[in-house]
Amino acid sequence: MEERTRTDLENLKKPNGSSVVSLLQEVQEKYNYLPEEILREIAKERDIPLIDIYSVATFYKAFSLAPKGKHKIVTCSGTACHVRGSEKVAREISRVLGIEPGYTTKDGLYSLENVNCLGACALAPLVVVDGKYHGNVTPAKALELFKMYTVHEKEEKEEAGCRCATAKELAK
Amino acid sequence: MNVLHMRLKTPDDLDKLRDDIRQKQEKDKSFLAVCGGTGCSSSGSEKVREVFQQYLNRHNLKKKTTLKFTGCLGLCERGPVVIIFPQGIFYQKVQESDVEEIIEKTFLKGEIIERLLYQDPVNGEKFIYADDIPFLKKQKRILLGNNWLMEPTSIEDYISLGGYQSVVKALTKMTPPEVIAEIKKARLRGRGGAGFPSGIKWQECYDAVSKQKYFICNADEGDPGAFMDRSLLEGNPHSVLEGLIIGGYATGASEGIIYVRSEYPTAVKNVKTAIAQAENLGLLGENILGTGFHFKISVSTGAGAFVSGETTALVAAVEGRLGEPRQKPPHLVERGLWGKPTVINNVETLANVPYIISYGAENFLRLGTEKSGGTKIFSLVGKVNNTGLVEVPLGMTLREIIFDIGGGIKNGKKFKAVQTGGPSGGCLPVSLLDSPTDFEKLNSAGSMMGSGGMIVMDEETCMVDIARYFLRFLEDESCGRCFSCREGISRMLEIVEDITRGKGSVEQLELLKELANVVKDSSLCGLGQTAANPVLATIRYFEDEYFAHILEKRCPAGVCRDLIRFSINEELCQGCDLCLKKCPGEAIRGEKRQPHTILGDKCTKCGICLETCKYNAVVKI
Ligand SMILES: Cc1cc2nc3c(=O)[nH]c(=O)nc-3n(C[C@H](O)[C@H](O)[C@H](O)COP(=O)(O)O)c2cc1C
Ligand code: FES
Repeated sequence: MEERTRTDLENLKKPNGSSVVSLLQEVQEKYNYLPEEILREIAKERDIPLIDIYSVATFYKAFSLAPKGKHKIVTCSGTACHVRGSEKVAREISRVLGIEPGYTTKDGLYSLENVNCLGACALAPLVVVDGKYHGNVTPAKALELFKMYTVHEKEEKEEAGCRCATAKELAK
Repeated sequence: MNVLHMRLKTPDDLDKLRDDIRQKQEKDKSFLAVCGGTGCSSSGSEKVREVFQQYLNRHNLKKKTTLKFTGCLGLCERGPVVIIFPQGIFYQKVQESDVEEIIEKTFLKGEIIERLLYQDPVNGEKFIYADDIPFLKKQKRILLGNNWLMEPTSIEDYISLGGYQSVVKALTKMTPPEVIAEIKKARLRGRGGAGFPSGIKWQECYDAVSKQKYFICNADEGDPGAFMDRSLLEGNPHSVLEGLIIGGYATGASEGIIYVRSEYPTAVKNVKTAIAQAENLGLLGENILGTGFHFKISVSTGAGAFVSGETTALVAAVEGRLGEPRQKPPHLVERGLWGKPTVINNVETLANVPYIISYGAENFLRLGTEKSGGTKIFSLVGKVNNTGLVEVPLGMTLREIIFDIGGGIKNGKKFKAVQTGGPSGGCLPVSLLDSPTDFEKLNSAGSMMGSGGMIVMDEETCMVDIARYFLRFLEDESCGRCFSCREGISRMLEIVEDITRGKGSVEQLELLKELANVVKDSSLCGLGQTAANPVLATIRYFEDEYFAHILEKRCPAGVCRDLIRFSINEELCQGCDLCLKKCPGEAIRGEKRQPHTILGDKCTKCGICLETCKYNAVVKI
């Protein structure tokens, strides 16, 4: 394991009382996902079967086993959002990104997530992009919103001298 | 005066502190309240607040007024909301560019800015003062009312509004049995779902013999479409702490735990701040206000699992185990957290406690119905004009809530149903609009009070689709421990999905009902036991919609994708090309200025053409 994760893990070693859930919460917070080598290390340190760690990691929605993209897109499919057409919005976003919720685009730029309620139901349907809430989203608005982000992303990429398929395709 | 360096040793110290704060605040009775609730924040209220602050600083107006960034004011759809006190002038949809005018005209000269006023969605009437707006006027805001008068994380604000007086009263003038008797007399029932009488729960815990007892506040709020608990915790965290302290005192618990879902970071932050403030002042911790009562509160965060809100699962989660339910009995008073007697109450339930203790059970009872006292906060959302949080006396009719407070259905559409009780509840039709919202009536109608989600549906909501929606939610959230819930929900979902695709049969509908009853009777926890409710209630009241899907292969509401298609009315189409350009599936063909057509096999049914057409030429059939 890398030096970095080892020292991080030292920091994560808390008094015996701290639970696997809170350990994983800290790891998730730090890396935005749960790297396998850290899960293995925790299992060893704590003398818990790895499968038990994974059962916690897959039980709760807040944990992700795969790295997250640069931009995090969250669609809400709570009841309030659903009756106001969130399914269409989510489908459209999924389609442009070419990924299902829970996945990250190949270029590592976007990850898509679907949650059951963001607690701002009055503004349904909601889409959150990098922590910014967008209310009353329709499929057309979602595409607009998207263009805004991708154009920006494209500019950044071009400045850095590399080409990004998704950004280019989306920004057209 | 720096409150943070003070320690209150007696109730008199608290009185003195309150007087001091009030005296200080008297000077600046005028203040500007900018709503910082989730809804308004999403619409940019934080920026608005910043601009206000900068303007006040720049023009040396800081001494004349205070700026308060408050908790949720309720009318989320009209955010960002700003209220100017002492008059209570209510402005909606305030933008950064409005700030200067608000200060110069309204704040300094008392002039009203017409365009920022609330306008009734039905008759267009404009209102100047918050108290006159029908949305607020018809409410009874004993829990949310203080939200706009204080900063959530200012213990000074809270104390000056009379905060912690109920703790003093309970701890110095009442014995634990007296507190419990008062809660029983108030007929306080749980606001988290089942509506169990809190007094009885407290009594059982009080009676349990144990050196260590725990009191847990359930702030997991997993019900999709509901955000009352969030707004209480974010907007007025001290009121929940106060309820928890009194609950601890009454039941003999010395430790309180607030279990908050991690999806609510502001709630977590505000509660932690509030706890630290209360500890500093000696309102929490050892020997509270010199009364000899010790109570500490900690926060535990969930990681996102609906089923963890169930009490036995929640205990497991707080202990750091997987948040899965277990068989009951033993009940939590017999074997709760770490095996000790434990009470779990919902956030809103606890927020009611200070009111009951301060104003007495009789006043509380006067607000509600015969069987249950007080108010209930609903998250009024969906196809209704005024979406937001409403707090009404228990027993108010659905019609009053949806039409008088909510301003009726959006876009002049027809009301079809209202869903209460979340994934455990049901959809109620128009014939039940005049039923009172109380625990019994909602139960007998096949729904339930639940935690307070109230989702309004219009003619464009498909009831079979709603059943599918909830089943899918429940399939996803079922922990899979018991067979009937795990398999039963999946099989029900299969049938309902078939129906939404036009592939269902009448026999399947019968099987669905049978399955529903089996799942109900044989599941381990509340999730499975109530999982069939959304299905059964939609069949009970909207069976004709099921039949339309099954027999006519038609979705009357125009929702189910496999049963609808989009088409262009050639007479109305101007050939403006707008839909053609916007169509993400390249499914629209046609020459400019000539009527266009939609290619069925390419159409993804996203509805963007319908949304963008200016001539209403796109139709859904
Ligand atoms: C699957 C499931 C999820 C639940 N989720 C919550 C929740 O998120 N918040 C809550 O307060 N109660 C929830 N409950 C209800 C609790 O089990 C419990 O009844 C409640 O917290 C007790 O508090 P009260 O008596 O004050 O309502 C849930 C119940 C079930 C079966
Ligand atoms: S249902 Fe989408 S935010 Fe609550």
